[in-house]
Amino acid sequence: MSLGRTSSFFDIYIPRDLAEGVLTEEQAQEIIDDFVIKLRIVRFLRTPEYDELFAGDPTWVTESIGGMGEDGRTLVTKTSFRVLQTLYNLGPAPEPNLTIWYSPRLPDGFRRFAAKVAIDTSSLQFESDELMRTALGDDGAIACCVSPMQVGKSMQFFGARANLAKCMLYAINGGRDEVSGEQVAPAFGAVEGDYLDFDDVVARYERMMDWLAGVYVNAMNVIHYMHDKYAYERIEMALHDYAPMRTMAFGIAGLSVVADSLSAIKHAKVRVVRDETGLVVDYQTEGEFPTFGNHDNRVDHLASWLVTTFMNKLRKYPTYRDAVHTQSILTITSNVVYGKATGNTPDGRRKGEPFAPGANPMHGRDSHGLHAAAASVAKLPYRDAADGISLTATMVPGSLGRVAADRTTNLTAILDAYFSVTGYHMNVNVLNRETLMDAMDHPEKYPHLTIRVSGYAVNFVRLTREQQMDVIHRTFHGEGHV
Amino acid sequence: MGFLHSFTSGSTVDGPGVRVVAWTTGCMWRCLYCHNPDTWTLTNGVPVTLARATEVLGNYRHGLKVMSGGFTLSGGEPLMQHRFAVRLLTGARAIGIHTALDTNGFYGDRLTDADLEAIDLVLLDIKGWDPERHRRLTGMDVAPTLDFARRLAARGKPMWVRFVLVPGLTDHPDDVQHIADFTGELGNVKRVDVLPFHQMGRHKWTQLGLEYQLEKVEPPSQAQIEAVRERFLAHRLEVC
Repeated sequence: MSLGRTSSFFDIYIPRDLAEGVLTEEQAQEIIDDFVIKLRIVRFLRTPEYDELFAGDPTWVTESIGGMGEDGRTLVTKTSFRVLQTLYNLGPAPEPNLTIWYSPRLPDGFRRFAAKVAIDTSSLQFESDELMRTALGDDGAIACCVSPMQVGKSMQFFGARANLAKCMLYAINGGRDEVSGEQVAPAFGAVEGDYLDFDDVVARYERMMDWLAGVYVNAMNVIHYMHDKYAYERIEMALHDYAPMRTMAFGIAGLSVVADSLSAIKHAKVRVVRDETGLVVDYQTEGEFPTFGNHDNRVDHLASWLVTTFMNKLRKYPTYRDAVHTQSILTITSNVVYGKATGNTPDGRRKGEPFAPGANPMHGRDSHGLHAAAASVAKLPYRDAADGISLTATMVPGSLGRVAADRTTNLTAILDAYFSVTGYHMNVNVLNRETLMDAMDHPEKYPHLTIRVSGYAVNFVRLTREQQMDVIHRTFHGEGHV
Repeated sequence: MGFLHSFTSGSTVDGPGVRVVAWTTGCMWRCLYCHNPDTWTLTNGVPVTLARATEVLGNYRHGLKVMSGGFTLSGGEPLMQHRFAVRLLTGARAIGIHTALDTNGFYGDRLTDADLEAIDLVLLDIKGWDPERHRRLTGMDVAPTLDFARRLAARGKPMWVRFVLVPGLTDHPDDVQHIADFTGELGNVKRVDVLPFHQMGRHKWTQLGLEYQLEKVEPPSQAQIEAVRERFLAHRLEVC
């Protein structure tokens, strides 16, 4: 359910009724509260497997809030404020997925209020109004969790993600699975020798990504052909203009694992460890190597290279109904499941450990603060990931400033900075690790504890234990600040 | 070439706005409540060239501008390496970055008046007043710190005063009153940070095999913090 930018459109009725005296501000707020209650009570029937991937009952009711018009006027209305106010009146909850179309040019009062709400509730995400408006015009909205669409003029075929970390391991092992030992991908030949050579690994990796992209596009074509054949969404499509723009949204997982692994191979020495069947099952790294998330081009460029390279490979394969290929770097909670299925990686990540969510740096490796981490993510090329590049920033309250007013000012400043360059998306969690740990042990005390995961909001106590642990292990900016 | 312990970005507690902070190594003081004892020894740092440090800073220039932030050099005691400190701050300022120096002021006289031009804001830690108690707390004299404060005031150099409130150690009413009066009379103090003592530095003392004397000290209560803030507020200072 993509809601659109209802808060900008609803608003027109309210000032009139207020002026005529038939409605008070309190009643106007109550109407919005009631609307949001309705959106919150939607539940989908789902299989347990689905819940494992996307836990916390997401229904993807994404409301777009704010943004600027192409004529220079803001699309922020009083109802934009009222929608945010529901988080105080009703308490935080994952639905609807409240998304601020952020621009440093939004009115000061709204930017500050949104920052305050984000600090108080950890329930907002911010996306770049500048990037999306430039690409799509100002009548846009978010479909799914972060994908921008033109309202009534475009639709997307969406599906899953490619595990690019596992693909890299397949390249090293010539298509054999590093966990089962089975030949899964074509037998292109495995690396030889004891040490990994950067150029050799990249050449093998490119070939493996080529194969994977073909499989992925083909699978998506089959899925959406069959979906249209058996369950064409005629009611939704009846609300669209004729011949809508169709995109086919692919996704990738494991971005920072691959970037750091390639960095290790390039900047340090990585020795392979083989089992008795010759399968590479582990890596020993000698020396230091830069890691993604520290504003260091030696590795940040490897991450950008990966995004562009895989996107170009996807583009080579034709899509169902000639949809335009797009790609997202967001995982919601699926980074845990992808990690679980992936063996040891050359960056030092152990078998089964979660990937970082979305485009995030790996947990704990972004050691130079939020500005550096955000700068690295902002370098990823939007043109090759037009479906969304998700950064989930988790910080302890004290890291935003010593007093409440400072915290609002500083978060507003951080958002201004990120979205004045090429930052695309930021989830903001302002939490203490202790709170989350207490919530794991005493879920009954935290029925409404909402947190942002990559591209989405979820109820923390409804996550699986593994997903909860993943959230707790993430980098908390400002923790243990010297 | 200077010795740096580490640096971070996105800091909101080391001066105005959102800042990049670098910590130098080397400090002559041995404050009992120090939360960075790992920065005491010069050789605990990594040698960094001026060119490299300035180049890295340059990468953050745009963001720092938008976030009304800047660069803060902290430590350790940055003025232990005053030549490096001045050159680094000069370099930062030359590329349009607001500069702050977080210091105990003891070596303030190592800075010439020209050197001070490289610094937009001084974050001066005043740790005590009574010379004897100050010596017990830090191992050093308080007079040079106060002299430096007076010199900055005479030059109209913007300054924040930072006072760490440690129950039983820095909360002597006479000391607090004197520091507040002194601060209020300087005339160049833009803000006072009353920083409540915390135990987050404890594990570092243990790791370094140092004897930590504040094991049993509790962070100050809200009432204790308020009482100290009142003293400064009475001088119409901005207190955070």
